[in-house]
This record gives sequence, structure tokens and C-alpha cells, in this order.
Amino acid sequence: MDSFSLGSALLQYTVSGLTIGVIYALVAIGYNIIYNVTEIINFAQGEFVMLGGLFAVFFAQSLHLPIFLAFVAAIGLTGLTGFAMERLVIRRARSSTVLSLIIITIAVSILLKGTAMFWWGKNPYSLPPFSSGRPFIVLGAAIQRQAVWIFAVSAIVVVCLTLFFRRSAYGKAMLASADNPSAARMVGIPVRQMVLLSFTLSAAIGAAAGVSITPISLMEYDRGALLGLKGFGAAVLGGLGQFFGALVAGIVLGLAESFCAGYLSSGYKDAVALVILLLALFFKPEGLFGSREAAKLKRF
Amino acid sequence: MTRKDWRIFLLTALLIAAFPWMVQPVKAVSHYVDVMVFAGIFALVCLGVTMLMGYAGQVSMAQAAFFGIGAYTSAILTGRFALDPWLAMPAGASLAALVAWVVGIPALRLKGHYLAMATLGFGVIVHIILNEEVEWTGGPSGMADLPGLHVLGWKLSTELAWYYFVWGTVFLALLFCFHVLHSRVGRALRAIHEEESAAEAMGVPTARYKVQVFVLSAVLAAVAGSLYTHFVTCLNPSSFNLMWSIRFILMVMVGGMQSLWGALLGTVLMTFVGNEWLHVFAEFEILVYGAILLVVALFLPKGLVSLFTRKPIVHNA
Repeated sequence: MDSFSLGSALLQYTVSGLTIGVIYALVAIGYNIIYNVTEIINFAQGEFVMLGGLFAVFFAQSLHLPIFLAFVAAIGLTGLTGFAMERLVIRRARSSTVLSLIIITIAVSILLKGTAMFWWGKNPYSLPPFSSGRPFIVLGAAIQRQAVWIFAVSAIVVVCLTLFFRRSAYGKAMLASADNPSAARMVGIPVRQMVLLSFTLSAAIGAAAGVSITPISLMEYDRGALLGLKGFGAAVLGGLGQFFGALVAGIVLGLAESFCAGYLSSGYKDAVALVILLLALFFKPEGLFGSREAAKLKRF
Repeated sequence: MTRKDWRIFLLTALLIAAFPWMVQPVKAVSHYVDVMVFAGIFALVCLGVTMLMGYAGQVSMAQAAFFGIGAYTSAILTGRFALDPWLAMPAGASLAALVAWVVGIPALRLKGHYLAMATLGFGVIVHIILNEEVEWTGGPSGMADLPGLHVLGWKLSTELAWYYFVWGTVFLALLFCFHVLHSRVGRALRAIHEEESAAEAMGVPTARYKVQVFVLSAVLAAVAGSLYTHFVTCLNPSSFNLMWSIRFILMVMVGGMQSLWGALLGTVLMTFVGNEWLHVFAEFEILVYGAILLVVALFLPKGLVSLFTRKPIVHNA
């Protein structure tokens, strides 16, 4: 009996680690898309996740839309926010130094966070799960239905993006814009539109993560920074720009965090992902799946 | 220091010395002395930020963490162990220097966005530790009833005494920073900012200098933290979070980060903005900060001092 409950606790931590891990992976993918096209790290990425969750709360609870419509609407509205961010701010700053760009995206993140506090206040909000019902019981561990939805959403996102960037003309054009903007322009790729598209897409994916996680862990105005930072940890660990790497690294971070919360200290669970982020940056900045040669050529 | 810098130095010193006598008789603004004590404490942090960001071109989003390390070391050693504040202060500065050195060696190999994220992550970790080590730090509710400060046997009991003591320290630190900037190290830092690989090719030990200036900025922040502890005599972790690191950068950017004078100007201005003029917005002041940061970064990247000078300010030795 004792060994059984130990085993099921382990399984339970694994499940919750996987759930939060794929969320980090989605955030990481958001970083990767913008990075792939512009070589900018968007410090406001975490705020898109927060906005996605809170927009969904607005659509589902204030406007009483069904949850799937709220999901789509929240993603659309957050994508629009990303669109506006690029159009109104980033485009003006294209000639800025890296330092100014960092400050600018940080300023945007503060503005988004402040606006969210203005609209929604400081309370956490919850959302009904995508489908109701009892959790699945597998070997004594409870798997919430929402967790299954989170896996599904992230699997769809990863597959679609990989196909998009590998197969579609738009995706290839986006990669080309990152590689060499002037050469891309020369062969007729509208680089500016690609940048705009990358911000929109990345905001939308962040929002998908935000909406999916809200039924499990609630959402409030100041969750963005930490989610963003951990997502960045996953992006670096997986190799910046690598979608599959981000998925693996996100899951590694999620599991590490969940085991720390379960077996060591729940107060320090947030620190685990950050320590892994620092270790990755210090000792393997090209990530587990990135190429060392390519990393040397990057601007940072 | 150039002759021009000496002139500004004397003028600023006179202005700072006369400031309390100008505002204290007027009741409505007499508490500005108190605000200026905070401005002086923040100015110490911001001098470090300017050296690191403005001159050496390295971002740090962790200055509030070093500020916190200084503040909490002083608070714990004097509050829990009844150590003399003048022994606790160097202890805090040494701890900050050690941490900055250990973190700085791997971190400063990174550039730009990566460096910003690494220091940001480090800062958040320190903030988590301050919240979690309840036995030592008092956790989220912090510590209270910490001792004040005696200088040469005199207790700094009034705000006026604190004012002159803090600003005296700021001017000493300012002289030191000018001295560093006009030395071989200062020229090397500017070379690193301009083009790191070129500096390296010319034989500048870039890695060593970058870590050294990072340690210097951490020590300045830690000393400021110690002063903060003894001035306000109570602490909680929220004064040392990410937002404060951003506020220090904002102060420096508003003034102009490529000039030590700009850093002072920005710090004083933003301290008044934060402590005095934004109270109407209450907690929504964060929106105003975001807006100021955005406007400055987009339209005035060299800060307010660039409005006064035609040439970019470069302190030629």
C-alpha cells in the first residue's frame, strides 16, 4: 500500500509537471517565432499569456460566450495586441540598438501589465475547463480533463508550426527574413509584413497557452513576468529557434519544477526553472538542440 | 575630470548644499529633504548602473537584487546579531561583490538579450530567497525596528543630517567614478561599448574589465542598500523586486545614461516623480512608468542631458 501511494504520488507529480511543461513550451515557441524572424527577444511574451487568459475570462464570463468561442476570441484579440505592438512600437524602433530594443519590449510589458491591472484588478480569475467531467484515474493518479486539452492544444500548435515553417512559402519567407533581411527583400519577400506576422502569431500562441492554463491554475495580472521568464528558460534550453527543442526543454523544466514542489519545497519551485535557465545560459547558451557554430554568429 | 566636469561638480555640490535651506522654510515642500535622502540613496545605485550600462554597454536587470543583498545583510547583522552598522555595511558590500563576481564571470560572457535575461533571472531568484528564508529575512512581511546610524559618534537623528551624510557619500562615489572613467579602465570600458571584438583585438582584457565594473556596480548598490536599511529602519522584499531594477534603469535612462551627471539628474527627477508626484495614480503609477520608459527609449535614447549638449557626452581623458 505504501509503495503504491509513493508510486502514484510520483505519477501525479509527473502529470502536473508535464502539464505545466507544455505550457512553458508554448511560451518558448512564442519567443522562437519572433526570434526566428527578427532576432529580437520579446520581453513582453509572458504578458501575452496573461492577456490570453484574462481575455478568455472576459469573453466567457462577462459576455457569456461558450468556452470554445471565448478561446478563439481571446487568441484573436491577443494576436491583435501583438499586431499593434509591432505596428505602433517595434517598427519605430527597428534602427535602435539592442539595448534600446530590450528596454522597449520591457516598457511594453509594463504597459500591458498595468492595463490588465486597470481592467481586471488584482484578483485572480478562473475559467471553466474546456470539457466538464471527472478526472481520469490512471494507476492512482488523477489526470484532469483540462490537462488532456493542454496536451492536445500544444501538440496541434507544434505540428502546425513545424509544417508552416518547413513547407509553406510564408514560413520559409519568414525564416529568410531572419537569416538575411536585405537578401530576403532583394528576392521580393515583404520583410516588414513577415515581422508583423511573427509578432501576431507569437502573441496568439502565447494566448493559447494562457487560455489553456487558466482553468487549472487561475490567471491574474502579474503572472506574465514569471511565465515569460520560465518560457524563455525553455527556449534557451531547447536551443533558441528550435520548436521541437522548446517542447522537450519545456517539459524538462515543468517536471523539475513539479518534483521540487512535491519533494523539496513548494516555496522554491519558481526558483528551479530560473536556476536551470541560468545554468543553460552560462554553460550551454546554444541549448540542447542548437548548433554551437550558429550560436556564435548571432548578435548575442 | 575635465574642467567642465569640475565646474558642474562645484555647482551641483553648492546646489545640493543649499537645497534644504531653500525648501525647509516653505511648509508645503519642507519634506522634499526626505525625498532627496531617498534620491541620494538611489543615486548611488544609479551611478553603478551608469558605469555598467552607459559606459561599458552591459545590461543588468539585477541591480535591485544587489541593493537587497546590501540592505538585508545590514538588517540581519545589526538587527539579529547586534553588530555595529559600520561593520555590517562592508560585510554586505563584500557579499554583493562576491555574488557579482561569481555570477558575473559566466553572465558577462553573454551579450544583449541573453545578458538581460540572465541578470533578470538572477534578480528574481534573489527576490524568491528574500521571501522564502523567513527565519532570516522575515519573509514577505520583512523586518522592522532596525537600528539607525551613528557617524563619528553622532546619531543621524534628523532628515537633514541624513541628507548631508547621504549626499556627501554620493559625491565621494561620484569622484571615484570619474576617477575610474579617466583611467585606463574607463577608456577600456568605452572601447568595449563601442566594439568589443575590436577592443579585444587591441589587447584589452574585456572579460576582466566587464566583471570588474559589474562588481563595482554591485558594491555601490549594496552600500546604498545598507544606507536604506538604516534610514527607513524596516524592510520587506517588495523594495527589491524586478520592478525596482527596471526603475533604476529608468532613472538612468531619463537623465541620460552616457553621463554620470545625467544619472544624477534622472535619479532625482524620477525619485520625485515616484515618491511625490505620482501619488494621485496610486498603484496605476506602473502605467506611467511604462509610458515614460517607452517614450524615452523611442524618442530620447540619450536622455535629458542630450537636450543640453549638442555633442554626445564623452569624457575624454
